[in-house]
Amino acid sequence: MRSQIFNRKSHTQSNTKSFFPKISLPWGITIGYLTIMLLLPISALLLRVSLVGASEFWEIATSPIALSAYDVTFVTALFTALINGVFGTLVAWILVRYDFPFKRLIDSIIDLPFALPTAVAGLTLANVYSENGWIGSLLAPSGIKIAFSRLGVVIAMLFISLPFVVRALQPVLQEMESDIEEAAWSLGASKFQTFWRVILPPLFPALLTGITLGFSRSVGEYGSIAIVSSNIPFKDLIASVLIFQKLEQYDYAGATVIGTVLLLISLSILLTINLLQAWGRRYQ
Amino acid sequence: MNNKNSNWVKLTLITCGITYVALVIFIPAVNVFYQAFKGGLGNFFNYLLTEECLLAVQLTVLIALIVVPINTIFGLCAAWVIARHKFPGRTMLVSILDLPFSVSPVVAGLMMVLLYGRHGWLGGVLEAINFKVIFALPGMILVTAFVTMPFVAREVIPVLEEVGSDQEEAAKTLGANEWETFLRVTLPNIRWGLLYGVILTNARAMGEFGAVSVVSGNIIRKTQTLSLFVEASYKQYEPQAAFAAAVLLACLGFVTLLIKEVVEHSTQRT
Repeated sequence: MRSQIFNRKSHTQSNTKSFFPKISLPWGITIGYLTIMLLLPISALLLRVSLVGASEFWEIATSPIALSAYDVTFVTALFTALINGVFGTLVAWILVRYDFPFKRLIDSIIDLPFALPTAVAGLTLANVYSENGWIGSLLAPSGIKIAFSRLGVVIAMLFISLPFVVRALQPVLQEMESDIEEAAWSLGASKFQTFWRVILPPLFPALLTGITLGFSRSVGEYGSIAIVSSNIPFKDLIASVLIFQKLEQYDYAGATVIGTVLLLISLSILLTINLLQAWGRRYQ
Repeated sequence: MNNKNSNWVKLTLITCGITYVALVIFIPAVNVFYQAFKGGLGNFFNYLLTEECLLAVQLTVLIALIVVPINTIFGLCAAWVIARHKFPGRTMLVSILDLPFSVSPVVAGLMMVLLYGRHGWLGGVLEAINFKVIFALPGMILVTAFVTMPFVAREVIPVLEEVGSDQEEAAKTLGANEWETFLRVTLPNIRWGLLYGVILTNARAMGEFGAVSVVSGNIIRKTQTLSLFVEASYKQYEPQAAFAAAVLLACLGFVTLLIKEVVEHSTQRT
């Protein structure tokens, strides 16, 4: 209906007629830009992968080095997303429900992983958690090595995915009224029961969305992990770094295959997030 | 209710939460500045004012100056198309628009190499006209534009939807043309969302590492951005230079957060 109004206008006003032809300028720019910048590169990848035969594709995609890279990437990302599910809920809870000094500062600093360039995050995490760093030196005597090991991948993923859980939960917690909890209390529910039966269920869709967003971000992360891990195959090499290394060796087929696998997995995660968000909206 | 008991729980929860944020975010953030300035201010500037670092700053700013306006215009158009129209495939368009966020930046770089690289689909054509994209500035601009594509539209779409189109239609019936309607009615309504989108685009454009790293070839003095300079210095065992450059990028991050706070404050008031 709106576009009808729009079209009538451009027909009646002769001076805007040439400026807004049948497909208006914003439509043209949107479709044109998306085609050139997004669809063309993706087609280049898919066309290239179609040149690789099915058996070769399978061989590269399931080679031991690739399988170990998926393991480091996806298992670690899932693990860190779950840790952040717990601690992110805790942080969101104290930020919404309690008052304490420097609350505003902590609330704003949660967003830092969104804004801090990933190379800087990698650099400082590698430094802080190295054997000589502020935190790493405290753990070194007990034999725990964080930077340049798989734990380095963990810490980088924890860093980049924490804001997603906190920011997904905060608005829901804010809307939840503490009356219900107090009602549960006064009816004789224990703390544990109150949390498990009253607080958690309405939080669940948002929590799941936050965890999935964080997981998706961790899977796609490259810069900070490339710096904080030692990038040794079968130890702490993630899929993105493997693609990078294959490109450096001019192994385009290998890079394309692993890249396609990663792209397809990212797409399915994106789809899951959309479904989760639709589910969450039904609860609001 | 046992007040003393619940206070104790509260204190434990707050301590745990703050400790976690400190370990994961706060201490690493403070460390950037400590490492950069521990050798003194003079030392810091010595590392910052080397030719390599200054050229990296120049290139980073140049890329952002080209990418941010282009993606702002695209973002506004896409937001208007999505927020003001109902058409088949609208949800799909929103998902496609989000794609650059969920694709690993290395895969984004890989796509560009496969398209514009020497052995890529357009490689032959580009070589014939002697136009270098990969391992040169155009490729770096293309990937940066790719990874920062969704920010503006994402921030503007919800604002446009919330404001509704009543005012715009009123302006049109009163005889304003499309351009006037946009400048006088739409733009003032969406200005804060737009500003935040532009700021996020800029932060990512200046800070992008993975995608740029794939297509740049990391040629010192030529295709090295600030992020690439940080990594290269660190790998060459020059942590002082790496942290000096990292401070610049960290400040970019902090300014971005600050503007976000201001934007949130302003939108809450109106």
